[in-house]
Amino acid sequence: MSQPVEVDAVVIGGGIVGASAALFLALSGKRVALLERDFFGSHSSGVNYGGVRRQGRPLSQLPLSRRAHEIWGDLRAFIGTDGEYMRSGHLKLARSDKDMAALVAYEEASRGFGMELQLLDHARLRARFPWAGDVAVGASLCADDGHANPRLVSPAFAVAARRAGAQTFEQAHVSEVSHDGQTFLVRTASGLSFRAPWLLNCAGAWAAQLAQQFGEPVPMRAGHPAMLVTEPLPMFMDVSTGVEGGGIYARQVARGNCVLGGGQGFALDPATARPGQAAILEILRNAVELYPPLAGAQAIRTWSGTEGYLPDREPVLGASSTQPGLLHGFGFAGSGFQIGPAAGEALAQRVCVGASNIDLTPFSITRFQTHLQSQPHTSSPAIVVPSGTDNVIPLFRGRSNP
Amino acid sequence: MTAPPRQAMSTVIVGAGPAGIRAAQTLLAHGLRPCLLDESLRGGGQVYRRQPEHFKRSAKALYGFEAGKAESVHATLDQLQSEIDYRPETLVWNAETRTLDTLHNGRAAQVPFKHLIVATGATDRILPVPGWTLPGVYSLGAAQIALKFQGCAIGERVVFAGSGPLLYLVAYQYAKAGATVAAVLDSSPFSAQTRALPALLGQPSTLAKGLYYRAWLTAHGVPVHQGVHLHEIQGERRVSGVSWQQGQQRKNLACDAVAFAHALRSETQLADLLGCEFAWSALNRAWLPTRDAAGRSSVEGVYLAGDGAGIMGADAAEVAGELAALTLLGDIGYRIDRARSIELQRQLEAIQRFRQGLETAFPFPEDWAAKAPDSLTVCRCEEVSAGDIRQTVADGHWEINRVKAMCRVGMGRCQGRMCGVAATEIVAQASGRDIASVGRLRGQAPIKPLPFGVEADQ
Amino acid sequence: MALLKRLTERDRAVLPFTLDGRPASGLLGDTLLTAVLTAEDSLRGSDFNGEPRAGFCLMGACQDCWVKLGDGRRVRACSTLLEAGVCVSREPGRSL
Repeated sequence: MSQPVEVDAVVIGGGIVGASAALFLALSGKRVALLERDFFGSHSSGVNYGGVRRQGRPLSQLPLSRRAHEIWGDLRAFIGTDGEYMRSGHLKLARSDKDMAALVAYEEASRGFGMELQLLDHARLRARFPWAGDVAVGASLCADDGHANPRLVSPAFAVAARRAGAQTFEQAHVSEVSHDGQTFLVRTASGLSFRAPWLLNCAGAWAAQLAQQFGEPVPMRAGHPAMLVTEPLPMFMDVSTGVEGGGIYARQVARGNCVLGGGQGFALDPATARPGQAAILEILRNAVELYPPLAGAQAIRTWSGTEGYLPDREPVLGASSTQPGLLHGFGFAGSGFQIGPAAGEALAQRVCVGASNIDLTPFSITRFQTHLQSQPHTSSPAIVVPSGTDNVIPLFRGRSNP
Repeated sequence: MTAPPRQAMSTVIVGAGPAGIRAAQTLLAHGLRPCLLDESLRGGGQVYRRQPEHFKRSAKALYGFEAGKAESVHATLDQLQSEIDYRPETLVWNAETRTLDTLHNGRAAQVPFKHLIVATGATDRILPVPGWTLPGVYSLGAAQIALKFQGCAIGERVVFAGSGPLLYLVAYQYAKAGATVAAVLDSSPFSAQTRALPALLGQPSTLAKGLYYRAWLTAHGVPVHQGVHLHEIQGERRVSGVSWQQGQQRKNLACDAVAFAHALRSETQLADLLGCEFAWSALNRAWLPTRDAAGRSSVEGVYLAGDGAGIMGADAAEVAGELAALTLLGDIGYRIDRARSIELQRQLEAIQRFRQGLETAFPFPEDWAAKAPDSLTVCRCEEVSAGDIRQTVADGHWEINRVKAMCRVGMGRCQGRMCGVAATEIVAQASGRDIASVGRLRGQAPIKPLPFGVEADQ
Repeated sequence: MALLKRLTERDRAVLPFTLDGRPASGLLGDTLLTAVLTAEDSLRGSDFNGEPRAGFCLMGACQDCWVKLGDGRRVRACSTLLEAGVCVSREPGRSL
């Protein structure tokens, strides 16, 4: 085997978090290798719903989300494409007075983060969004939130990283990671090897295994959001939408297709997931009452992905507590697309200047260490097939005949 | 709708064409009562598609030399109908472990199975040509269906183009029915057909029919041109003519309709959703679900029969349907006639040799992708051009699903049925890769569009 | 202007229907595609260029013959039989 390539940082995982970390590292002049097992942005970063939304996030995420909002605003300068990004507004619908009260409370609590939420009562909602179904009693609008095409945006971050000087590799399954006390040695099944003082664990739903190897087990579970898209329809909806309390979410792209999500699918194998008939039918049955113009429309394609969830639905973002040089960025619980670029930037700042501009304490991996104690195993063997893809999200399990 | 008892549904067949019908017949003869799911109204598949009620043409008029076979297949379905759980107008739109998801009359239901015979058939294999989205342009299969199923020609003056046995057959059927066949433009050179003779002689009657159609057309003054590259279909809002290249010559012809295709492609989405293993078939120039000689797929309990797992034609489909059913029965402990099973396998092998001869006679036009202009619309759903695909390849993409994700080719309503072959050819050509390495479009539910507001039995 | 030409089987009952709000007729056993295209030359406009389309495969595969019915349902014209009195409307598509 040839000599390992010496770099400043190896990033494992070519999703939006890893690719933006690689981009920001390269922009800072670091030598970085970005390794993706499959294709860049081909897993949850590329197949998610495409919401680019601050509204509705936990307050803990809003500083990072606000920074991400700035990056998205300048997307073309960063990645060379707008990726169909539109600041269309994000409308969160309430189906009951109780849900509306929750939207009111969130508006109050989230002031100061620049979202400028507008609360719409039934009459205002009707006047402004006449397509909304009668089940909606009110809504909260974040006019500057929006949506984008994840299939285009996420891979474009990796392309941008390459243009900025990163070495980027697809089909590069990491087979071995070790640390000799000085640097990390990372090998891939395809025969590549790298040596670096920094290692960024951005492997999405598969990141827990690497954390575990370094003595930081996390209770990560896989979720598989069910998605579908309609045939192109006459334009009726210019905002991305969601529903307070969960359920269906939908947006209409400029070409007229509506993208809808809701419920959970199932894992077919560790790397692939399907939405499942139960979730698909659930969306098809229930969407029309929220979005009446969908009556008569056809769903033409469905899909799912594999997404890492931690019990508190917050990501792990920041330094390892056991292994100097190791940084984690994973577990975005189905809502990493908007925040991903800022997460990547924060990791890059940690490498370049020792700390990120935004405090990452709420996302520290140490929050799982009170009840999980173990020692580092830096000499543990190669990473094998990822595990941890059993589905524990109880909403609508896809399979009807388990 | 009351669901039939579960145990009755443990053996399911998808597709009531020649393969599915023979499979159902065989299962029933051994005492199993299968559930037969079919999208069409009256069964028969595409080749033996039946005209609607109230139509009066004879089987001879509809199916020509194949009338006897067609009538036999139809009669079998008619006899079976009351004995099995036959569900026409039922789309299978998804499969999960041991369950099919169906749509009938706006209602979704689930059909559990223990054993499944997939006989999903084929559609035309399309290599698009500039102008192919114009009204008046149809696939060869479509032209045949217009005549067979509706008594209509696709226009007043029809040009038939492409290659494959269907080319001469449909042109002949049109001319016989009184339509004006303006020309037959065969992309394969005459020399290829001469070269193929030894293999084709293995099935002399089929060969005789092919020669007969061609000779009949020539004798009746229909111009037949071989070694033709169809250059363009002209027209503003509908077809007004075609132009083609033959050797150094560019020729034009006025017409108001064009039917074209280059043989057939298998419908493999269901096998894909079921998790069947696929392998590259050089003969079919496609990734196909693998089956053993007896019809078993790689998934236990799932059997493949007919053109849906590789194009072999209707005769082979009947044989493969019966064979798959016998294999299934044997696998679950029924006593079957092993000698019959071996005889059916032998028949399939003979047809396979003939099939190789056909491929020599009607070779795939390997230069198609290189000749396709950038402005050519490849994907008629998403309106993606050859140039768009080449740009995506230039951006570094070469795997077909990845190319789809980037430029939307194959992403529309038809899920790549019409453009997938062509897109793959262009990706291979533009990337300099072997066609097999470009991969295949993954099947995604729903297999065909699924309406909002669908009711469901749960 | 008609696209399809009836060659045979003309001796069937006439079924009146409505096409884009205007009276039209087809024959018993016609698909919607046949009923429309024996009188007109397109079924729909394409989704992104608004070009006329008139179906392509006639076997439910190409998905290029969707039309809208009076009850709001949308169906493939090639695989839906004409019923007397049905209201069929053709969608113009869009040009992006």
